Amino acid sequence: MTERKKPVDVVLVGMGLTAAIVGRELAAEGLSVLGLERGAWRDTVPDFQSPAMHDELRYAVRQHLHQNPELETYTFRNRPDEVALPVRTLGSFLPGTDVGGAAVHWNGQTWRFLPSDFVARSHNIERYGREAVADPLTVQDWGVTYDELEPFYDKFEYLFGIGGKAGNLKGAIQPGGNPYEGPRAREYPNPPTKPAYAGALFANAALELGYRPFQVPSANMTAQYTNFEGVTLQPCMVCGFCERFGCEHFAKSSPQTTILPKLMAQPNFELRTHSHVTKVLLDSSGTRATGVLYVDLATKREIEQPAELVILCSFGINNVKHLLVSGIGQPYDPSTGQGTIGRNYSYQTMASVSIFYPESVRINPFMGAGALGTAIDDYNGDSFDHGGLGFIGGAYVAAYTTGGRPIEHHPVPPGTPRWGLSWKKAVRRHYNHTVGLSVHGCSMSARTNYLSLDPTYVDAYGMPLLRVTFDFPDNDVKMANYITDRTVEIARLMGGELIAPSHRSTPYSVVPYQTTHNTGGAIMGTDPRTSAVNRYLQSWNVPNVFVQGASAYPQNPGYNPTGTVGALAYWSAKAIKEQYLKNPGPLIR
Amino acid sequence: MRERGAGLRQNKRTGMIDIVRRDVIRGAGALGFTCAIGSYAIARPLSGTDTYQFFTPQEAAFVEAAVDRLIPPEPVWSGAGEAGVPRYIDLQLAGPYGRGDRLYLAGPIRQGVPGQGYQLGLTPAQLYRAALQGIAAESQRRGLEFASASDADKDAFLQDLEHDRVRIADFPSAIFFETLLANTIEGYFADPVYGGNRDMVAWRMIGFPGAYAAYLGVYTLHGIDLRREPLSMAQADGHGASHHRGPAGTTSGSPDRPVAEDKR
Repeated sequence: MTERKKPVDVVLVGMGLTAAIVGRELAAEGLSVLGLERGAWRDTVPDFQSPAMHDELRYAVRQHLHQNPELETYTFRNRPDEVALPVRTLGSFLPGTDVGGAAVHWNGQTWRFLPSDFVARSHNIERYGREAVADPLTVQDWGVTYDELEPFYDKFEYLFGIGGKAGNLKGAIQPGGNPYEGPRAREYPNPPTKPAYAGALFANAALELGYRPFQVPSANMTAQYTNFEGVTLQPCMVCGFCERFGCEHFAKSSPQTTILPKLMAQPNFELRTHSHVTKVLLDSSGTRATGVLYVDLATKREIEQPAELVILCSFGINNVKHLLVSGIGQPYDPSTGQGTIGRNYSYQTMASVSIFYPESVRINPFMGAGALGTAIDDYNGDSFDHGGLGFIGGAYVAAYTTGGRPIEHHPVPPGTPRWGLSWKKAVRRHYNHTVGLSVHGCSMSARTNYLSLDPTYVDAYGMPLLRVTFDFPDNDVKMANYITDRTVEIARLMGGELIAPSHRSTPYSVVPYQTTHNTGGAIMGTDPRTSAVNRYLQSWNVPNVFVQGASAYPQNPGYNPTGTVGALAYWSAKAIKEQYLKNPGPLIR
Repeated sequence: MRERGAGLRQNKRTGMIDIVRRDVIRGAGALGFTCAIGSYAIARPLSGTDTYQFFTPQEAAFVEAAVDRLIPPEPVWSGAGEAGVPRYIDLQLAGPYGRGDRLYLAGPIRQGVPGQGYQLGLTPAQLYRAALQGIAAESQRRGLEFASASDADKDAFLQDLEHDRVRIADFPSAIFFETLLANTIEGYFADPVYGGNRDMVAWRMIGFPGAYAAYLGVYTLHGIDLRREPLSMAQADGHGASHHRGPAGTTSGSPDRPVAEDKR
């Protein structure tokens, strides 16, 4: 029998980054706010401490900070006419679990999208004609502009203590920063990182070709920093255990290190861990949420939690599953283009170039940090003329030094046997003498890339798995390969003995890790026929449901998504505070 | 010949506890043998590190010989066998990984395309058991005593497994080969607390300094020749424990490594 709990004003589904931000903003308004987290409580002390945390096998390979596929996973296929099969062990992307979510094990690379990214459809049509966004692309405008989001990017960067150098201060291009970024109101809160060896080799070659390198904006602290919440972070020790790990040093921004100490202290905020939400409950009209249903994992009991406002804060694509399971909005159908839930699932289009050096050049890859990188943005978004290229969008190119953990990092030149004595000798020869350049490309939405409920496979709670149908559109393959070729030109000037590009191959595979930048499926927009949520992340169909996270991206620009996730959370929270609470109902009619 | 200790093992056929001693000749490609040797073994201290929990003696003989071809021994740098990789794999298979921890195993089981990843309904332990039984049968059919075969014959057999040129079970042999190769690389490079990477040999070989690190003061010294002993998680004394002493906001730096700025 279902137990019914005392009603609350706001229930947050998932207790990661967006829940921490929105929860903090709404609890500060005096609302009763409840966070429901499927996983456990965890904090820098004791959970992320050495010696246990610096364990590549446990955390990077066995994935102990990531969503457990035994409980909940996805099914996958490349095309709608194929049978999707379960992602039995996570590979290509690694959603988090437990309090803090993926913002605990992320690298900390914190970008803003370009002004033109937010109007990708209208901008590209205006500059290149309708053909540029023609079928199968389903590129859309966001319904929010860069200028509108700028104050919220700023707030998020000051919450997270991002280290960087402005490239554009109120329209004035700044030396040392990214000259292509949109105008920002003020400098970053912390100074930029200093280049690692790989970054310096890259920067020198890029400068020689006329590009404009800069240090990647970093959530690995470059100085001690106290944010506006009064929470203090410490300088990054450059230990090389960042992505896939929790930070032992209070040096990587996460909900735990920036906001939870304040949120947890608020008497009108409550957190319940080990509480797995299975669906959003609707009234008989189907247009109003009455709360959520969840399983208390300690007792296995089903519990109804009534709430005035339901805010989905799971990992982006898991929000889409909640919408589909709960019957909120119409599921997207790729054969007709009708329906909005699951529409425009996008990813990130990655390629790379390896440079192998003589033994005299010691790269020291283990002296790394998650966001320690040097980049150029000359080929991202619409910062360059795409005339005659046959694609839209772009990529940044970066030399990252994130760590040299050897189970996963032991580069060898192409043609090396995969095992045996020559492989072993090649690993020894090249481990400390190789630089990898990342081509971090956009993912344009396309008609047959979408999310839906799987008809066959279920999770540990009896709910259908979310089905991912995805392959790289031709646009993105052309984009990645064009920029990989430009990257090879840079690599040739970097002084190595051998250059090995990895162009973007198809079909997409869920096996090798690429990025955890899964976007779309509950996209924002101005038209309820082509978007799931309005510009404030409010469901068009059920106005007391808001959907946070990268599920709102109509397509994924060529940057890491977290900066925009944080900015949108503050943007949405402000609309809830200043508009919705005064007059609950649709914010856009 | 190198004495590797003694241990107890349950005899699968009789259910009796056998007292076994395992002698392994390193570098000569010979296999270890087991025999009941009575009170001699009991009199010796049990190290606990030389007893297989999962592998049968026959399975262990194959795995020990195979991993030494995947990562062969050299005069200075041990191969996977000497580094303890068979022990590492055995412990993994006897534990949560072997039982399918964090692996979605629900059916229906269907064959997919490579991009859909692993699609067997088997835990790693079940996969190894089935594959190793098939390998034993195939070896017998070929008249191949794998563990004592020449390096060339071993490599040829492993290549057959790698390229699906041999039928060992009702799944492609490449699935087992790739699992064995991945586990071998894991065990070779993982922290020694897991049973492989003995004496941190793999870390010494490539110059990886190990689990404890703070390079704030040195990462900008491009190309610096960092020479120091690697550190395992097991060497915890004085490293990384400082946060436990106080409230949030303290940072640790180790005295044996330079740290540019101490902000405390």
